Amino acid sequence: MNGGLSKLWQKGGTKSVLASLISILIGMAVGGVIILVVGLNNPNLGLSGAWEGIRLVFGGLFSTGRTAAGQLTFGFNSTSVGNMLFRATPLILTGLSVAVAFKTGLFNIGAPGQYLMGTAATLMLALGIPTETVPAPLVWVIAFLGGMLAGALWGCIPGLVKAYLNINEVLACIMTNWIAANLVTWMFDGSNYRNLVENTKSGYIYKTSYNGVQTAKLGLDKLFPNSQVNGGIIVAIVIAVLVYILMNKTTLGYELKACGANRHAARYAGISDKRNIVLSMAIAGALSGAAASLYYLSGNTEFFWSTYQSLPATGFNGIPVALLAASNPIGVIFTGCFMSMLDIVGLQLTNLTAYNEYITDVIIAVIVYLSAFSLVIKLWLSGRGKKHKAAPAETAAPAPAPDAPDGAQDAKGGEAK
Amino acid sequence: MTFLIQQTLIYAVPLMIVALAGVFAERSGIINLALEGIMIFGAFIGVLFVNLTQKAGVFAEAKAAGDWVALQGFMVLAMLVAAIMGAVFSLLLSFASVNLKADQTIGGTALNLLAPALVLFFIRIIANQNTLQMAEGDSASWFMIKKSFFGYGRNDEMGFFGRTFIDKTYLATYICILLFIVLSILLYKTRFGLRLRSCGENPQAADSLGINVYVMRYAGTTISGALAGMGGFVYALTTANCASTGDVAGFGFLALAVMIFGNWKPLNIACSALLFGLFKCIAASYASIDINGDGVFLLADLGISPHFYRMLPYLITLLVLAFTSKKSRAPKAEGIPYDKSTR
Repeated sequence: MNGGLSKLWQKGGTKSVLASLISILIGMAVGGVIILVVGLNNPNLGLSGAWEGIRLVFGGLFSTGRTAAGQLTFGFNSTSVGNMLFRATPLILTGLSVAVAFKTGLFNIGAPGQYLMGTAATLMLALGIPTETVPAPLVWVIAFLGGMLAGALWGCIPGLVKAYLNINEVLACIMTNWIAANLVTWMFDGSNYRNLVENTKSGYIYKTSYNGVQTAKLGLDKLFPNSQVNGGIIVAIVIAVLVYILMNKTTLGYELKACGANRHAARYAGISDKRNIVLSMAIAGALSGAAASLYYLSGNTEFFWSTYQSLPATGFNGIPVALLAASNPIGVIFTGCFMSMLDIVGLQLTNLTAYNEYITDVIIAVIVYLSAFSLVIKLWLSGRGKKHKAAPAETAAPAPAPDAPDGAQDAKGGEAK
Repeated sequence: MTFLIQQTLIYAVPLMIVALAGVFAERSGIINLALEGIMIFGAFIGVLFVNLTQKAGVFAEAKAAGDWVALQGFMVLAMLVAAIMGAVFSLLLSFASVNLKADQTIGGTALNLLAPALVLFFIRIIANQNTLQMAEGDSASWFMIKKSFFGYGRNDEMGFFGRTFIDKTYLATYICILLFIVLSILLYKTRFGLRLRSCGENPQAADSLGINVYVMRYAGTTISGALAGMGGFVYALTTANCASTGDVAGFGFLALAVMIFGNWKPLNIACSALLFGLFKCIAASYASIDINGDGVFLLADLGISPHFYRMLPYLITLLVLAFTSKKSRAPKAEGIPYDKSTR
């Protein structure tokens, strides 16, 4: 699907960054225009309301509220920055999940389902193992690994049906998403994990801190006081680096990418394409599961268990995170932080103005739309000279089986560079 | 039985028409993953149109006088508006995938993200809550066909046919079925349909015979967008009491599954839509289904968790696809951007 694209991306790192930045700018500009149009048509907001909205879209992270006179104030806000890092933790991991699948030529839209299965496993282990007999840090590790395993198993399903039954992975992922949503609700319905102590919290599962299990703060709470940040962000960054090493420095990573570049060519070269598709989806699922584990093990987050009508947005937002980073694991760290910054911006908009947080979802959608043709943006960046060179590379990716011998050489040549 | 048939039709018809929307796009060579998003957008536009027209009081007289013909016209108008705006929204997809040769899967995903975000943003600003409803009354009192329209009294018996297919149904259901038949003929029995399908199979050959592949792909995606937008509104009208919440519960994706299960052929799609409609209907109202009318609610008495019934449509989709996908044959050139220079 994007074999040709990823080959180009690997070559033009700087151009990728530029293309992403242009996408971000256009996305935010579209958000600004919508805010302006809505503001001018709404007597309650007017031009000054719209101007406040636009300033918050671009600088919401550094918003510190309003003065007594009603003026917006800006400055370093340790709560916002800390919360941004906290919310970036699961986004980085779901972004990695989508990115790994992309590299193998798969579109992992199943991250929400894998995230939910990871959530269920993590919460059941973290709350179910008594901390009187087992030390809490050990429970934390078991719950974290359990979440990853659950996600990996759930990710295997679309991988298996794609590899052996030739079902489109997008469709299989979407079905497994909704099955997971119902399954998780079913598992928690009537269970002892539901929070029955606090009356206001009906419909929620206990925080993991109820059982004494929570992620260590590692001093980050001193750095960003009054925020939810914890050591999870460090774990996420370490995992991102590990994924980078896996994809770029090991044989397995090379095989995965070869399958993504040209599945038939990879098989011709002696790589088991079916095994790699399943493996890629398993790794992707494990990463989504880890995202859920780190989010819910923080000890200050609660899971709304009756979730059969909705899927977690964190899973879907992994897609823009991965696309914006051009599927580069290191880039995902930064784009994950950017996406969570937009989250904070949305909160500030809802709290401080008559606008609401959905405008940031619009911005994200526009960015995804633009990254669909980031190739065009990159070509435009590098002038028309390369256009003719790029066109064949683009059509080489979905080449049919008979072309395999030539394709194999192409793929190898491309990877070696 | 009457209840079961009516409920199944209510779920099956939007699925059917949106699956046909998918066929038009894919037969022309564009993967329309954005069906879900276009449905959400179409539902919002339709509901907004109904809401604003009601506020303007255009049909208030007709409603007060019980002029049901005018009210049905109002509904058809709303369907038309939803279809037009769905088509406009789908232009985003065709522009990206035809002119810019973008990745169609990502483009479709972008539209799927964009639609609920935009819709919720505006709903929150318009209605100050997360749901946009009709300005007054509900969809049953405004748009439902009742036996009193045909001179039957409250206690008169219409017979099985009348009770099942006329009383308490929506005209929108039958319009969709009619459209489904007409458009299937268009796709398979006319010159335009043949040309459209050729662009999804072998665009290079089609181009060499003087067919403009770009125009045909635009046409396919635009028809697709119109049908999906209309289907979204029909879904909101018949199952959600004419309310828009930025969500159609994965119906667009189910429609894609129906399309693949139906092997991109209208008759098979109609049958599989009915099958999925039945499962959706069971999921929604398993507790009140009394199949043979003897007062025994079999499905509720089985004691299986409601979560299982809710999971069923998706589980069945996956299983059915697993057994049929080996035989399925997608249009050959779908998903591949057409580049004249590769002819």
